[in-house]
Amino acid sequence: MISIENLSYEVGTARILQDVTVTLPKGGMTALIGPNGAGKSTLLSHVARLLPIQTGKISVDDLEVGNCDSSALARRLAILPQQVHFATRLTVRDMVAFGRYPHSQGRLRSEDHNKVAEALEAFGLTPLQNRFLDTLSGGQRHKAHVAMTYAQDTDYLLLDEPLNNLDISAARALMALLRDLADNSGKTIVIVVHDINFAAQYADHLVVMKQGQIACEGKPVDLVTKALLTDVFDTDAHVALIEGKPFVMP
Amino acid sequence: MRTKAIWISAALLLVCAVLFMTLETRGSWEFVLWFRGRKLVALLLVGAAISTSTLLFQTIARNNLLTPSIMGFDALYTLILTLSVFFLGSVGFNQLPPEVVFLVTVVVLIAAALALFGTLLGQHRADLMRMVLTGIIFGVLFRSLTAFGVRMIDPNEFVTIQVKSYARFNYIDVNLLWMSLVLSVAAMAWCWHLRRRLDVLALGFDIATSLGEAVSKRQTQILILIALLVAVSTALVGPVAFLGLLVVSLARLVAPNERHATLIPLAALIAGIVLVGGQTLLERVFDLATPLSVVVDFVGGFVFLVLLLRKART
Repeated sequence: MISIENLSYEVGTARILQDVTVTLPKGGMTALIGPNGAGKSTLLSHVARLLPIQTGKISVDDLEVGNCDSSALARRLAILPQQVHFATRLTVRDMVAFGRYPHSQGRLRSEDHNKVAEALEAFGLTPLQNRFLDTLSGGQRHKAHVAMTYAQDTDYLLLDEPLNNLDISAARALMALLRDLADNSGKTIVIVVHDINFAAQYADHLVVMKQGQIACEGKPVDLVTKALLTDVFDTDAHVALIEGKPFVMP
Repeated sequence: MRTKAIWISAALLLVCAVLFMTLETRGSWEFVLWFRGRKLVALLLVGAAISTSTLLFQTIARNNLLTPSIMGFDALYTLILTLSVFFLGSVGFNQLPPEVVFLVTVVVLIAAALALFGTLLGQHRADLMRMVLTGIIFGVLFRSLTAFGVRMIDPNEFVTIQVKSYARFNYIDVNLLWMSLVLSVAAMAWCWHLRRRLDVLALGFDIATSLGEAVSKRQTQILILIALLVAVSTALVGPVAFLGLLVVSLARLVAPNERHATLIPLAALIAGIVLVGGQTLLERVFDLATPLSVVVDFVGGFVFLVLLLRKART
């Protein structure tokens, strides 16, 4: 379980996070939703120690973020950041193999090679494995990066906007894969998504953020209502129930 | 790891080294071996120090165009020397054992590099353009301060500095050779030890952190290594502007992958070929008509422009 206590974060005079206290349950898929600028990515970056903690405390099971060995945390938790820029020329396979770095420190053993092959297969990248990343499309490159996070094989997987750049089939395939990891491999998935329908369809637990604070949390069916859209997202959209799951009419 | 490119460069370097040692030898072999051998060691050392420091800098700055010399590292070295001559006087300066001067300069250079570039690299979200501009401005500032210092001291003392502030491959300061050898072999052993971590650092702050690297700590260590290697090469031959960029770009061009385990030795070998081969050609074939540094900077500057223009187009 990831517990966040009294986390605040300021840049200059802007308060990005205000005294956030929330517990993300172990197991299943938790989605962070909220309007633009609500602090979702900032919260996720803090959990993954990509931003220094100014005030507050975050722990992932028994590891306290910021005070524990970074490489121990890397074997427990992996993050897919929102924007990734590569300066080096890498093949897809090299990229995915970096996911094994926390386990192998760069010397790949046969189990690492197996895991890399498995990740390539899971994302349909096996035919592209020897291509250089700069020769791929944005979506394919994104998949390679998700595959690297997958190959890291951690208990916790944090994904910041993983559906960007993906077409509907790739987006659904990725969500189904994440769902499968949560259901059958006991992984904990925490995901930031913009599309509430994707969140409501696939996640077990929703955490809604607004203006750097947690607005509410709970099951999608209880949470995604016309009132939520009006209060948090400031838009007047109609919510229908389709097969027992809420669906926001665009 | 054992790639064809490395073997071919190693063979070429061997040919260059043999030619360098044997062409047009007169007099006793013992003298020739000692005299040219020392120079050969110095050239190889300088090549490896420059190529490795450039590669390390490009890795932590995550840009294939920047080099320590573009960022003003060697200008800083010259400035430190000028200031010490300025304050101590050339008599006082020359009375100091060169080893002591060298070590003190290295320590000051490391401290200054950490203060200036450490903060710059520490802001991992800072944009590259600001870093480049800051580096270039630092470089100009250091060079101007050096020029200012030079004008303030008397001409006789200026000679002491002049010898040290221009690139020279014909008269290598062999006093410092053994100490430089020990320091840079230690520094390069450390780089080799870090080679897999460097591959991860090249992926950028977010990914490297996510993979468990303590990025800021490593950047500090690497900056220390860069400062040490720059100090070694500048102490031996003076500032060489574009050699690092030239050889690292060539290494990236012929390397099958961008792993540091390949790039570090390959860039060092290519630097050796350029320096030893170039020096052999200029000394024996062109009879010292042109200094090697001019040729290297000309070709290196050309490569820099080509890279810059190619980058601008894509």
